[in-house]
Amino acid sequence: MAAVARTLTRSLPRAAFRANAQPTFRFAAAKQFSMSARALEKRYTEDHEWIDLPSGQSIATVGISTYAAKALGDVVYVELPTVDTEVTLGDSIGAVESVKSASDILTPVTGKVVEANSALEEQPSTINKSPEGDGWVAKIEVTNAAELEGLMDEAAYKSFSEEADS
Amino acid sequence: MYTEADPGKTALYDLHLEYGAKMVQFGGYNMPVSYSDLSVGESHAWTRERASIFDVGHMVQYHVEGPGAEAFLESLTPAGLKDLPSGQNGLSTLLLPQTGGIVDDCIITRLGAGPQHLFYLVTNAGCREKDYDFLSASLQKWNDNTINPVAHLRHLQNDVGQSYGLIALQGPLSAQILKNALHPACRVDLDKWYFGTAKYITLTLPSGGGKGESQPIVASRGGYTGEDGFELSIPPSQTVDVTRALLQSAGPDKLRFAGLGARDSLRLEAGMCLYGHDLDETVTPVEAALSWIIPKSRRTAENASFNGAETIIPQLTPTSKGGAGVSRRRVGLTVQGAPAREGGVIVDTEGTEVGKVTSGCPSPTLKQNIAMGYVKNGLHKSGTELAVVIRGKQRKAVVTKMPFVSSKYWKGGVTPG
Repeated sequence: MAAVARTLTRSLPRAAFRANAQPTFRFAAAKQFSMSARALEKRYTEDHEWIDLPSGQSIATVGISTYAAKALGDVVYVELPTVDTEVTLGDSIGAVESVKSASDILTPVTGKVVEANSALEEQPSTINKSPEGDGWVAKIEVTNAAELEGLMDEAAYKSFSEEADS
Repeated sequence: MYTEADPGKTALYDLHLEYGAKMVQFGGYNMPVSYSDLSVGESHAWTRERASIFDVGHMVQYHVEGPGAEAFLESLTPAGLKDLPSGQNGLSTLLLPQTGGIVDDCIITRLGAGPQHLFYLVTNAGCREKDYDFLSASLQKWNDNTINPVAHLRHLQNDVGQSYGLIALQGPLSAQILKNALHPACRVDLDKWYFGTAKYITLTLPSGGGKGESQPIVASRGGYTGEDGFELSIPPSQTVDVTRALLQSAGPDKLRFAGLGARDSLRLEAGMCLYGHDLDETVTPVEAALSWIIPKSRRTAENASFNGAETIIPQLTPTSKGGAGVSRRRVGLTVQGAPAREGGVIVDTEGTEVGKVTSGCPSPTLKQNIAMGYVKNGLHKSGTELAVVIRGKQRKAVVTKMPFVSSKYWKGGVTPG
């Protein structure tokens, strides 16, 4: 969701964005990770992807956040990753296109793409209807689960995206 | 001068917020990109089926007047102003000397006939500062030459510096909506008011005091969507009242606000250029497929006196016929699979780069991906098969005649087109 992030940050004082928001979230997320029994509930990136890695498993589901889907507007085309592709954290694994913009989907983790949600090819609008459910984009076999530690939990992401809106 | 750090507001800023606008910066102004009632795609469809109001008050409006106004403007643009009747307008371009590069595109309307010529000029918000510098410097040079009859340039604003409002009423219901909003004292015949014509009108203003009649508004039939419509230049103190009067008299079943999001996809379907993307100072009107804005009368040795004519006139004749021709041309493209966007590399069937995309989006009306771009001369004919590289993959692209969606201008008995 690089383009969405760019659009949103443009209207914000960049320094405030970087200096205050990010380290706080990072800290909070890391702390929770080490203490929680269900170690990794759904996490969010600053680029507005979500990743869900159920406890004890190695395959994570990745998609774009409800906030991002709303900011994009009507999704008319989704480019999906190719199954079996090895990806590194931050790589573009696909794209979401609305009338007004194209946004890359960046993988929050390193690993291998094991499944892509091909239903989105026929019904791209599923991303708008259910961005964090049926509108998932890819399943990735995670190499290093520790990469999720730096990501925001739901509460942190909520205040992050609310700040982007203000 | 407004900047990105200190964006300007049009007179309608508060009204936009009242209608749930999402504001973004554009051309140094805070402008609505969409409104909470309709998504960009829905607003686009609404404009094609009913009618929308766009605030285009960020654009820059000038009067150019005086005995030298016609000749002065003809020195900067290839427009045929000598033959332009009063009340008529047309698309033109401000041109650089020698190279003929496009400084900006503009609409020029003749409001008053000679000898005291009066022209109304509308230019782009994104070029505000540069156009002003260009026009001022050119005018000074013009007036310094005592052979030239004098011309004056005036930005349209009131005595406290507020710019005139500019709104675009666009869509098939536009004429009906405008007709219902006219003040009874304003007798214009909408059926005989054709595309490319401007008139002075007045509207009924519920808030308008005494007779409830607005001040005179210069309204031009045309716009930037390909639909029938009108652009209204409104005295600063009444911009809000006029906009409200239109919205209220038409009602929300017919007329809604639309933002820059829908404006961009509508103009692209209509095959119209966006300056800074599809046009810039490195491009001549011939390369930009805008040769049609240069009438025959301006192509003769005697009358091709505009900036850059020495470059542009030879380009009008292809090399095969002994002219200079051009090496690239603006074309329309229909792209398969993913939508092409600005900056996308256009390649030929062998994978060799032959141009770049300058605008692109999925067309809400056609449900296929459309784009504009520049390709090597020779590859510009409709039906030519090319490809656009999108995220590393080549997507088939076919050169397509523009407009992508046929225009529905009001031309009376003349076939729309």
